[in-house]
Amino acid sequence: MTELIKRTAADTAAAIASGEVSAVEVAQAHLDRIDAVDKKVNAFLHVDTEGALSAARAVDEKRAKGEKLGPLAGVPLALKDVFTTKGVPTTCGSKILEGWIPPYDATLTTRLKDAGVVILGKTNMDEFAMGSSTENSAYGPTGNPWDLSRIPGGSGGGSAAALAAYQAPLAIGTDTGGSIRQPGAVTGTVGVKPTYGAVSRYGLIAFSSSLDQGGPCARTVLDTALLHEAIAGYDPLDSTSINAPVPAVVEAAKRGEVRGMRIGVVKEFAGEGYQAGVMQRFNESVELLRELGAEIVEVSCPSFTLALPAYYLIAPSEASSNLARFDAMRYGLRVGDDGTRSAEDVTALTREAGFGAEVKRRIILGTYALSSGYYDAYYGSAQKVRTLISRDFDAAFAGVDVLISPTTPTTAFPIGERADDPMAMYLADLCTIPSNLAGNAAMSLPCGLAPEDNLPVGLQIIAPAMADDRLYRVGGAVEAALNDKWGHPLLEEAPAL
Amino acid sequence: MPGITREEVAHLARLSRLELQAEELDHFAEQLDVIIGAVARVSEVAGQDVPPTSHPLPLTNVMRADVVRPSLTPEQALSGAPAVEEQRFRVPQILGEG
Amino acid sequence: MSVISLVSYEDALASYDPVMGLEVHVELGTKTKMFCGCSTELGAEPNSQTCPTCLGLPGSLPVVNAIGVESAIKIGLALNCEIAEWCRFARKNYFYPDMPKNFQTSQYDEPIAFNGYLDVQLEDGSTFRVEIERAHMEEDTGKSSHIGGATGRIHGASHSLLDYNRAGIPLIEIVTKPIEGAGERAPEVAKAYVAELRELIKALDVSEARMDKGQMRCDVNLSLRPHGREKFGTRSETKNVNSLRSVERAARFEIRRHATVLDEGGTIIQETRHFHEEDGSTTAGRIKDNAEDYRYFPEPDLVPIAPARDWVEELRAGLPELPRVRRARLQGEWGLSDKDMQSVLNAGAVQPILDTIAAGTNAEQARKWWMGEVARNANETGTELSEQPITPAQVARIAALVAEGKLNDKLAKQVIAAVLAGEGEPDAVIEARGLAVVSDDSALGAAVDQAIAENGAIADKIRDGKIAAVGALVGAVMKTTRGQADAAKVKDLILAKLGVEA
Ligand SMILES: [Mg+2]
Ligand SMILES: [Zn+2]
Repeated sequence: MTELIKRTAADTAAAIASGEVSAVEVAQAHLDRIDAVDKKVNAFLHVDTEGALSAARAVDEKRAKGEKLGPLAGVPLALKDVFTTKGVPTTCGSKILEGWIPPYDATLTTRLKDAGVVILGKTNMDEFAMGSSTENSAYGPTGNPWDLSRIPGGSGGGSAAALAAYQAPLAIGTDTGGSIRQPGAVTGTVGVKPTYGAVSRYGLIAFSSSLDQGGPCARTVLDTALLHEAIAGYDPLDSTSINAPVPAVVEAAKRGEVRGMRIGVVKEFAGEGYQAGVMQRFNESVELLRELGAEIVEVSCPSFTLALPAYYLIAPSEASSNLARFDAMRYGLRVGDDGTRSAEDVTALTREAGFGAEVKRRIILGTYALSSGYYDAYYGSAQKVRTLISRDFDAAFAGVDVLISPTTPTTAFPIGERADDPMAMYLADLCTIPSNLAGNAAMSLPCGLAPEDNLPVGLQIIAPAMADDRLYRVGGAVEAALNDKWGHPLLEEAPAL
Repeated sequence: MPGITREEVAHLARLSRLELQAEELDHFAEQLDVIIGAVARVSEVAGQDVPPTSHPLPLTNVMRADVVRPSLTPEQALSGAPAVEEQRFRVPQILGEG
Repeated sequence: MSVISLVSYEDALASYDPVMGLEVHVELGTKTKMFCGCSTELGAEPNSQTCPTCLGLPGSLPVVNAIGVESAIKIGLALNCEIAEWCRFARKNYFYPDMPKNFQTSQYDEPIAFNGYLDVQLEDGSTFRVEIERAHMEEDTGKSSHIGGATGRIHGASHSLLDYNRAGIPLIEIVTKPIEGAGERAPEVAKAYVAELRELIKALDVSEARMDKGQMRCDVNLSLRPHGREKFGTRSETKNVNSLRSVERAARFEIRRHATVLDEGGTIIQETRHFHEEDGSTTAGRIKDNAEDYRYFPEPDLVPIAPARDWVEELRAGLPELPRVRRARLQGEWGLSDKDMQSVLNAGAVQPILDTIAAGTNAEQARKWWMGEVARNANETGTELSEQPITPAQVARIAALVAEGKLNDKLAKQVIAAVLAGEGEPDAVIEARGLAVVSDDSALGAAVDQAIAENGAIADKIRDGKIAAVGALVGAVMKTTRGQADAAKVKDLILAKLGVEA
């Protein structure tokens, strides 16, 4: 028998449904694992032992009564601390929300609970999801289980690390500029940014509303699909939610077949700044897909070169407004209220004390981009770039079914290396940002280790909006072929913790 | 494209209610100058006849019926408040107009 | 207010031409808030009508109230506006503790309704057209109470308490284009415009538009320019003027104040001003400098509103009769001169009269009593006609008793006064006070005989055909019966006894 914590979510659910193992045993095994390794990894900001065990008990009781269990009932999950959880602390990785206990559940949280998923706790993240390394958390950095001195990606580094460290078989992330895919890539796990609007944002603490999208993370493509199906779907509480059936992602993952598909390689995602080993594994993936029967086409998306600048105007602009509510009046931190200071001063002192450097930088940048006199040149132009990027995607998808690229230009870099060099940090999201700007769907899955550092490399697959199933078709095929080639999942090569 | 000065950063910090320290101001001014220099490239398209995209999906007219839903209880509403008085959020003095 | 003497209104107008802009906020009467399902019911305990969305809790999102949009379109149509084919909400960013998100979800350069007008009737019966710039949707703020200062004022308060029940209640902001050419009538135009707008909003049934409850609030922007100059002067913005009378007074005061400053060679500062009910003055508020930068941008959490043309046309077709049209119709139906109709309007008597007619009285009688005794009482007590402690049904009953000859006009007035004084239903008052007309023919006959006997000379004149002289005898009879007789009946009796054909 495989160790409980190493099983896939699909296997775990089946084992619980058949009675081979109880949900409580599964939850306890994962809680023990967290206990054993999280001092090193720091993936969790809060472990909800009681909540997890009681959710697991409820699943076991349901099974005992002969009730039908959902496909993920009893499977443990690590939830990014950006989603609200009623009665369970939610900080967004920020001091300003330290100790805040939301009085309501995010729609995604409700869906997970309804599916019988066992939420183990809340995972570490860059403060307000701003970052690519999880170093911007107010609660200390998370280590990459492949090498604890390296970053696990960000902002969802906690969720990705929890998967790679076998603390949970499932995790939730949010992807505003790559925060699901980039951590997935550098930790050798799978992550999907669904089509914008596919997963409700109600209860997702906003960073950049027009870009944020919650999504599934797991160690296998099928597990990711199962989680995708559990969390996606229309939500009347989110005006930007898509009111249409969720694409059949589980079926697509199981089918995992690319014969006859046309796959485009984005020309612009290569060259200077791309690590040799990353390009090597990526090129091998292209060859693999050809061998599997796909037709490979080179595609050019010239406006992608403006994606990063546009993103660093749009996201901070929206963030400057979204984060204005943290003002020390209704919840969260309050600093300097000595009875003499005005509300305005208390707000300014609290925000100064409660926000970290990257958050402040982005608030100021966004305030600048929106201010009168600069709006047209900056925010307005960035929104035009967005249109151009969507047009590039449309033109590309007119000829191909999906696009592929490396997920990130490099493998995991050492903690501290780019911490105070924002521009270097921002490059980590070069390949992932265009999909956020256009709102389409994208996946990252492991495609090998870079020979020079033995660290995971991610393959990014991009599909048109509402065609999320194509990601799983291609991802399923690649995963199966690579596991065959390697004789085991890539993660087995990670050093023991 | 122009960069950003320390004074501008100070003004922006006031607008966004951040009581920045002097060293922070210097450091941010320097970094933001670099960032703005890099992102200013987008203004290449400023004059172009391209419609802006504010929403990634072409949805319109998403509305709800005018039907009352349960509110939070006052206890829940106030549960995160730094200070409470008479079932209201207690806040420091609000500077009046004039 | 520093004690400087202001130039007179007449002198101000002799040198300057006022330009006004009026911004009216109307709280819609929807059941729920603009962006969440919380109730809008007034009078609930503090913070009991809040949710993550209207409290601005992290993670919460807005969803647009369909009736809010529908109401905005109705108002736009009634104001002869164009309705946007496509428009968006925008965030207006500024920090204030009564605003949970520290941005107001509003509309900026894409209002749902724009380019309209409203014709308003002035007291002399003439019509003035006020051009409408736009009507847009937004949300109200929470309510703060200030503790520790003098009488709840913000100044000197030690801290404030916030209740967010009102936060998120739908508002429609209606903005006029600059109102030029009203001259000395500018304050009257301002008042008439707000009055007409209030009637319109009520007729549309989208809000009760009670100014005293803050459901309708007016900002008066005003500037002066020397006669003959085209360029506008610097304006002041007098905020939250909360009654029709105050709108007029605020405009009047600002005209005099601006003129005083300008006459002395001073400059008007662009600032907000507060109106003071007690003395009709305004005082300086916040200076509007360039630091005010709302950083508007399209609200990313809401999708655009694109009202289908057939929906708009359906709403247009369903608009109720608008107040101006209705007034013209009622004036015709009631057979009133322009002047009489204007008095009825000024007194706020339209609805009471209509209700009294509905209770079975004719228009003339209904108007007579409401505009007479009841209006007098309203004037004396300084209250609204609609708030008088007498119901249309009671007025109708009194009118019916008059028609039946059981009351004469003089007695009817006494009955109304008694009802207003809280003495009960008209019939009970008559019973208690013994006010019924003397209709016992023998008693009346005796009184008539007595009057004829005591006024022989007058009786002779009547016998000789001078019928007009009968009034004196009627008067005498009324005197003996202490007014409790039906004058018409008395007259008939006298003429009969004297053998004269009426
Ligand atoms: Mg407004
Ligand atoms: Zn609410």
